[in-house]
Amino acid sequence: MRTIIKYVSLDLLRNKTILIYTALLAAISIGVLNMDDNTSKGLLSLMNITLLFVPLISILFATIYFFNSIEFIELLLAQPIKRNKVLLAEYAGLVLSLCAAYAVGVGLPLVILTKQMAALVLVVNGLLLTLSFCGLALLIFVLCKDKTRGIGIAIITALFFSLLFDGLLLTFIYSFSDYPIDKPIVGLVALNPIDLSRILMLLQLDVSVLMGYSGALFKKLLGSTTGSIYAVVCMLFWVAVPLIVSTVKFNKKDL
Amino acid sequence: MIQIEKLTKSYGRFKALDNVSLGFDKGQAVSLLGPNGSGKTTLIKSILGLVIPETGLIKIDGNSISSDCSYRSMIGYMPQIGRYPDNMTIEQVINMIKEIRKDCTVYDDDLIKGLGIDKVKNKSMRNLSGGTRQKVSACLAFLFSPEVLILDEPTAGLDPLSTELLKEKIMSELSKDKLVLMTSHVLSDLEGLTSHIVYLQDGKLMFYKTVVELQDVTGETKLNKVVARMMQYQLPVNDHVL
Repeated sequence: MRTIIKYVSLDLLRNKTILIYTALLAAISIGVLNMDDNTSKGLLSLMNITLLFVPLISILFATIYFFNSIEFIELLLAQPIKRNKVLLAEYAGLVLSLCAAYAVGVGLPLVILTKQMAALVLVVNGLLLTLSFCGLALLIFVLCKDKTRGIGIAIITALFFSLLFDGLLLTFIYSFSDYPIDKPIVGLVALNPIDLSRILMLLQLDVSVLMGYSGALFKKLLGSTTGSIYAVVCMLFWVAVPLIVSTVKFNKKDL
Repeated sequence: MIQIEKLTKSYGRFKALDNVSLGFDKGQAVSLLGPNGSGKTTLIKSILGLVIPETGLIKIDGNSISSDCSYRSMIGYMPQIGRYPDNMTIEQVINMIKEIRKDCTVYDDDLIKGLGIDKVKNKSMRNLSGGTRQKVSACLAFLFSPEVLILDEPTAGLDPLSTELLKEKIMSELSKDKLVLMTSHVLSDLEGLTSHIVYLQDGKLMFYKTVVELQDVTGETKLNKVVARMMQYQLPVNDHVL
């Protein structure tokens, strides 16, 4: 398994898309952080960029990568290795290189240019988002036969979590505003990894103006510390559950 | 050596394999023939465990393949289409497979040398032609001198010289009492190589006979004529046309 991870990540670290992604993230980070003396503002902008681009790029790149490696996965499965190991090794190799891209592109400038705790939270956020959306891509790959359909579903998934979900949540809040819906909303937010990571970040930065309704509820009901822990645990579920479902389903998949 | 019992596999309504039972033994060179979509690749992939059959059993040396993956160390597989990660070099791909197969320390690099793969080992997979990729697949299939060789369209895309080399290699493996399973649409490539013929159509086994038997039945000596004659027997509709 380690062998496959090693070779897959070595291959991907020379991939042009990953290199461009790293360079772009680095350019944005350095640019944004140098714009203002107040690094908190820079961190906020970086957070917004992370929340918008990391899920979309992770899920799209990962889906395309998995579908393109179908023949390679077949070759590996013809060797005496268990199916789960091959699948998880492919995932690990991919995630390693995408996380490395994020760590170098955003993490490195942050370490050099800021000295805030929140910077660390942002990096952890970005890495968790990468892990969970690559996991979702893996699930899409395992469940879909067709590459085109898989990529379509990947785009829809990314848009759903980054745009549509908030709209639905807002509709929910408006239509049930006469009822005590504080607790259900905190529960509903857990269904979206992007929202979770936004709240996690805002709890750190303590900019209540930008928190929105769900973020403010989070703070009121759970407080900063418990809220952060709750958000991280939910994020970890978003990493683990797609992976577990994928490995179970992959055992029955025809290649 | 390989026992296939009542294997059935369907994709939706389409039956790729329909109640197929077969047995293969050491020293045989079995050709799987049949029109496109007749289930040849599905049969091969079921043996490799890439396709999970609905009903039926596949046993290798008496053990069912569904429980354990270690049987695959006995098999060398050359796929129909070989695609490898773009940025890996040929050498890296070969080293990776060698590292995965730690159980095997003696390598058969006849083909790597014969096909000239060692001269281009630093090229990355992205820049290779289809034929060269096919050669890499062939090298990997033979690398660990496996007991069973499964070759899916081995000569498709190879130049005549490499085809001859590959055929010689298959012959020499056969003389070492190995089992070779292959599919090909180019019957002349199988001439003189194959000892048994399995003919599949619409997922059903039409016949499984030795070449000698078939030559007796049809009265022809050339493989392509033998197969053509057998297809006519199997498809009485064609008698009207002729």
